[in-house]
Amino acid sequence: MYEFVRGPLVWLAFAALIGGGVWRLVALIGPTRKDKVILPYLHPGYAVRSLTHWLVPYNTVNMRLRPLFTMVSFLFHICLLVSPLFLAAHTEVFAATFGFAWGSWPGAWADWMTVIVIAGGVFFALRRIADPTVRYVTRWTDFALLAVVIAPFVTGLLAHLQVGPYRLMLTLHIVTGCIWLAAIPWTRLVHMIFFPLTRAYMGSEFGFRNARDW
Amino acid sequence: MSLYPVNKPVTDVAIDTGIARLTTEQIERTVQRVLTKECSARLQVFLDTCVHCGLCAEACHSYLSRDKDPRYAPVAKVKDTLWELVERKGRVEPESIRRMAEIAFVECGVCRRCSMYCPFGIDIAYLIMTVRRICNLLGVVPQYLQDTTNSHAVTLNQMWVHEDEWIDTVQWQEDEAITEVTAARIPLEKEGADVMYSVIAPEPKILAQLINNMALIMRVAGIDWTMPATDGWDNSNMAMYSGDFEVMGRVEKLHWETAQRLKVKRVVMGECGHAFRGAVYDGPRWLAWRQAPVTMVHAIDFYYELIKSGRIKIKQKYEPPVTLQDPCNTVRGMGLGKKVRYVVGAMCENFADMQPNYEHNYCCNAGGGLINCGPPWKHSRMLSNRVKAEQLAATGAEICITPCHNCHSGIEDVIGFYDLGMHTKFISEILVECMEIPEAMKA
Amino acid sequence: MSRNGNWDWTPGRKPLADVAGLRQQYRELLEMLPSPDGERFAALVVGEDGRMTAVVNGESWPETYERLWYLRFSAQGKLAGLAMNDYAWTVAVDGRTWDETFEFVWDPRFTADGLGIAALIKQDNRYAVALNGQPWPQLYDMVRDYCVSGDGERAAATVQVEPRKEADVEGFFAGTWSLAEQGERWDEKFINIWEPIYDATGRHIAAQVRTDIADYTIAVDGKVWDRLFGCVWRPCFRPDGGAVIAPVRTDGNWTLAADGEVIWPGRYAQLWQQRFSADGQRLAAVVATDFGRWTVAVDDRPWRRTFGEMVTAPTFVGDGKHIAAAVKDHDRWSIAVDGEAWDNDFDMVWEPVTQPGGSHVAVKAERGGRYLLVIDGRQVGPDYEMLWPHCFAPDGQSVLLRTVQDGKYVREVVPLAQLLG
Repeated sequence: MYEFVRGPLVWLAFAALIGGGVWRLVALIGPTRKDKVILPYLHPGYAVRSLTHWLVPYNTVNMRLRPLFTMVSFLFHICLLVSPLFLAAHTEVFAATFGFAWGSWPGAWADWMTVIVIAGGVFFALRRIADPTVRYVTRWTDFALLAVVIAPFVTGLLAHLQVGPYRLMLTLHIVTGCIWLAAIPWTRLVHMIFFPLTRAYMGSEFGFRNARDW
Repeated sequence: MSLYPVNKPVTDVAIDTGIARLTTEQIERTVQRVLTKECSARLQVFLDTCVHCGLCAEACHSYLSRDKDPRYAPVAKVKDTLWELVERKGRVEPESIRRMAEIAFVECGVCRRCSMYCPFGIDIAYLIMTVRRICNLLGVVPQYLQDTTNSHAVTLNQMWVHEDEWIDTVQWQEDEAITEVTAARIPLEKEGADVMYSVIAPEPKILAQLINNMALIMRVAGIDWTMPATDGWDNSNMAMYSGDFEVMGRVEKLHWETAQRLKVKRVVMGECGHAFRGAVYDGPRWLAWRQAPVTMVHAIDFYYELIKSGRIKIKQKYEPPVTLQDPCNTVRGMGLGKKVRYVVGAMCENFADMQPNYEHNYCCNAGGGLINCGPPWKHSRMLSNRVKAEQLAATGAEICITPCHNCHSGIEDVIGFYDLGMHTKFISEILVECMEIPEAMKA
Repeated sequence: MSRNGNWDWTPGRKPLADVAGLRQQYRELLEMLPSPDGERFAALVVGEDGRMTAVVNGESWPETYERLWYLRFSAQGKLAGLAMNDYAWTVAVDGRTWDETFEFVWDPRFTADGLGIAALIKQDNRYAVALNGQPWPQLYDMVRDYCVSGDGERAAATVQVEPRKEADVEGFFAGTWSLAEQGERWDEKFINIWEPIYDATGRHIAAQVRTDIADYTIAVDGKVWDRLFGCVWRPCFRPDGGAVIAPVRTDGNWTLAADGEVIWPGRYAQLWQQRFSADGQRLAAVVATDFGRWTVAVDDRPWRRTFGEMVTAPTFVGDGKHIAAAVKDHDRWSIAVDGEAWDNDFDMVWEPVTQPGGSHVAVKAERGGRYLLVIDGRQVGPDYEMLWPHCFAPDGQSVLLRTVQDGKYVREVVPLAQLLG
């Protein structure tokens, strides 16, 4: 079981992520052409202008209106994307598989980043419950998606801290991680892939109008 | 009892009869047609990308004005309309369409402010316009808005102005203008003029002095201009907002063909925001023009050019304290925020800006077809205007300058409803008061 | 043959009016225009008393008016304008007004022979078309788009046939519009009907109609096509009679249909202003081959070259072999012939004028506030303060120019060979 999870399942998950991601993008080509008013207005300068404003913390009006949320959101997303990449356990597996790898960060860093991701996930979940506006547009799938995202971090942390049966935790960690990766193209987690596209579109539309979109 | 402001019950006869006629099959067919044939990448990507975070909420003046009633958050308006239509593949009951029409036509002014607050830049106004399109095809559009569209379809202007009334009004305003400034003519049908001036139908219908104002400004500035004596003089487009894109296209086609027929270099338009959007963005795009085929200069831009170049000089500045409403469609929609402040600064002694301002100013909640939904919906519209009233009151101004017809009427309503003791004015009204008229030109 | 055969085509210049003098002589000079043959030059002027009149070759009309405007010459050289005294409007022709007066008169049009005049009139808040001063026997609540038969005997117009009640959406969609010819209306009612046209014989009328909120088609003599479309634009008749051709929108794209059947397999982002060659054998239209890319398609084959902003209605060149159209790209105007744009561009160009029987294309153009004549892409002659659209002699060998030079109106006939140098 563990061997399957560690081997083929991981390959499958990455295949689903990359293949699915590419497929989602390729499948957009036709509709983008059919929707005649997208491509003629896309403008690299305006796209970059918009992206840089929205990728830098507190660089938009709305981010400044919600300082706490902005901080949590940036920390959550950064830690979410970065910590798995520089976790020693991950880079070692990578090196064992491919014969090379990049440097890893100290374990304590990874621990804290993992905690931040989990805390961020809890924050988002509580916000969905506590804020009437967000609650009004929240569905069970929103919690499910949060769970999918947080699960590998929770299981990873538990495995690392040797809480519960280690092998089981590790297996759960890999399984939940694979679910997360594979889910990205097929759920609202696709916002990770579409973010640059939607921003490029809206940045261009506002730029074409000589206006700011931040 | 609701925690939030409550709308008075509304009877809108066009919506009521439209709903009564609907069948579920017709709804399903129409929704499918719009979602699969008329919409494409944007609809799909926007719906898939939205993570239901609610960060758009505080962009919306109606949400803020209604004590943050969750139903008025932009994302909530999409949830209660498109999410449902998409998930049920259009299999919804007629009564659901009634609520969706209210949301799309009355509770959202497609002002696009929320797109500046959404981290993904989702074009929520586009999504709401898609709902309007569906409602239009289903024949469920608020009565007065539909009547305006019907006027566009028949007369190619928005207020059932007959051709003879148009010509007669322009000539009457010319008669008025030449009593103030010699030879302040309004040349009709002058082929080859530099500028065609186009207006929206409320000008000849109820605000004819604005045409007179422009005659004076053009004469003093020495502009070679003309106006059409045929249909095509109206640049407004409420069909754009009722979701009747075919009529929208017909109106804009004629407007631009008229400019081309008169062989003008550019079209200057009066102080209207939605008309700019219709004539420069939505209309041309439906007709397959990437941009307006003839340069369109908004009045704000035109006044800026005249004052900056010295063609119009200010004799004496206007003294009463003024503030300024940044119209969505020319400031968020054209970036004219700095130019309009230059013009106001040149004309006015005491200017206090609204907060927030520029692209972030709140919508007047009258544009986007909202005020055109007419008397039945006015109370609801006013409830969604509380933040505008607060914004206005905080400036301490006596006059709110509104270089847009919808802002002008809408804010006058706000001033009345919230008893703010101010008035609205167009730029041209102040400009003709304070511009220098050379002695030799005085009649 | 040609209506201009009896004009004076002797090469030479004739200064006929002193424009600068007119400006001094009258308080205001509002409009000016020469007759098609260039022999007469009309000016609309305001006297010191504020009253208006027309001055033709220096001679003032006998009457003055509170208001006079919209001066136009017919092909035969009649000069007409819209005139008002004491709130009564009429048409003034060569200084004499119609006997009939109306609450309002507008959009006057000369009949094809240039002898008659049609106009829209308003009387007692009701509307009609008047031909030579005679309104239709039946007036309507509203009359809008109209057309006149080629023989000038009949007029047809879109008319509102049911009273419009304030904001009556239900009633509107039940159909309140129809078409009337000589005052007599079709039985059919439509939600909308636009821009009627006569065929060459004057026996048939076609118009765009709207039969439901988003259903459009063409009505011919009151009968609608079997097929409905997402939208339609202005139709035309085949010159040899019979079929009516119209741009139609289907599944979001445009193409051409004849009598309700799609005739062009091609689909375009836009299509309008279809024109037949004189022999009716070829059909050209303005199309957008893609979003924002404009050109001309001839028999469904678009030109290779496209333009970003605008292409005007195609003109078949005199020899019948070529097609010209005004094109606008990057905010500059030029002319394209068979898809090849001229090297020169201009601030503005007028409709291409083509040489009878030949291949030359001559255009009035504007650059830097001066007007010039451009033939086959090259400026010929000087630039002018004012230049009215020129025309070729029937033999195609000389050009009539109507210009203002140094404050004088000048009629000039120039041999083509001299212009082309």
